[in-house]
Amino acid sequence: MSPTNILLRGAAFALTLAAFARAEMKVGDLFPTLGPAGVANLAGGELPVTAGKVVLVDFWASWCTPCKASFPMMAKLHADYAARGLVIAAVSVDEKSAAAKAFAKKLAPPFPALHDAQQKLVQQVVVPAMPTSYLLGPDGRVRFIHQGYHGEATERELRQQIEALLSPKLLSSFP
Amino acid sequence: MKTRLLFLGVLLSASAIFSGCASTDLARVKPWERATLASYPMRPDRDPLHTMMNEHTFFSRETAAGGRGVGGSGCGCN
Repeated sequence: MSPTNILLRGAAFALTLAAFARAEMKVGDLFPTLGPAGVANLAGGELPVTAGKVVLVDFWASWCTPCKASFPMMAKLHADYAARGLVIAAVSVDEKSAAAKAFAKKLAPPFPALHDAQQKLVQQVVVPAMPTSYLLGPDGRVRFIHQGYHGEATERELRQQIEALLSPKLLSSFP
Repeated sequence: MKTRLLFLGVLLSASAIFSGCASTDLARVKPWERATLASYPMRPDRDPLHTMMNEHTFFSRETAAGGRGVGGSGCGCN
């Protein structure tokens, strides 16, 4: 193989890597595991067990008003679906730990409030907007993505999708 | 050989330049990095007196008032 050929192949490989490094998480992608990504529980306890569960991973920040508005809706989802196997993991992307803790203390969510203090997970996922939530199937793959919080419309969609994931027979009716 | 090396140089330079130009996040603050932009001092209406004076100037010049109903700060949420 000539040096020119090697250089060309190297350049193509580097460009491919660069393209993948910027890729947003899409439906069907395997969602990163929370622990190795550096996520911790704001309350100091264990991380929620997500293996084999339907999981709603919500990225929020204390400075994000729609995130705050979405918390009561997620509390209702938790009340309605936690017993059936839904796990909600609300991940703060706040750079200041104190701000995230104050927010969680004020809203007191019934589901685990987590903190991506190093912003490693959010950089892996490349969240396109705040808030963004990812609904994962029991296989850990992203099944649905919600950008922003649009009140009742978001809640309605989430309920349909959660019902579908908790009832695998209905899942085939989704595109 | 020289021509091939020149071609390779041009190709690599173009790749480097255009991959940068094509990037949409070149100078964009990521959604999760907008805490400072979302803070109160970044609001255009943070000083009520200044806002009132601006509104008065606008009204005197345009004979029109209001229409500034865009809420929020710079976080770009939603």
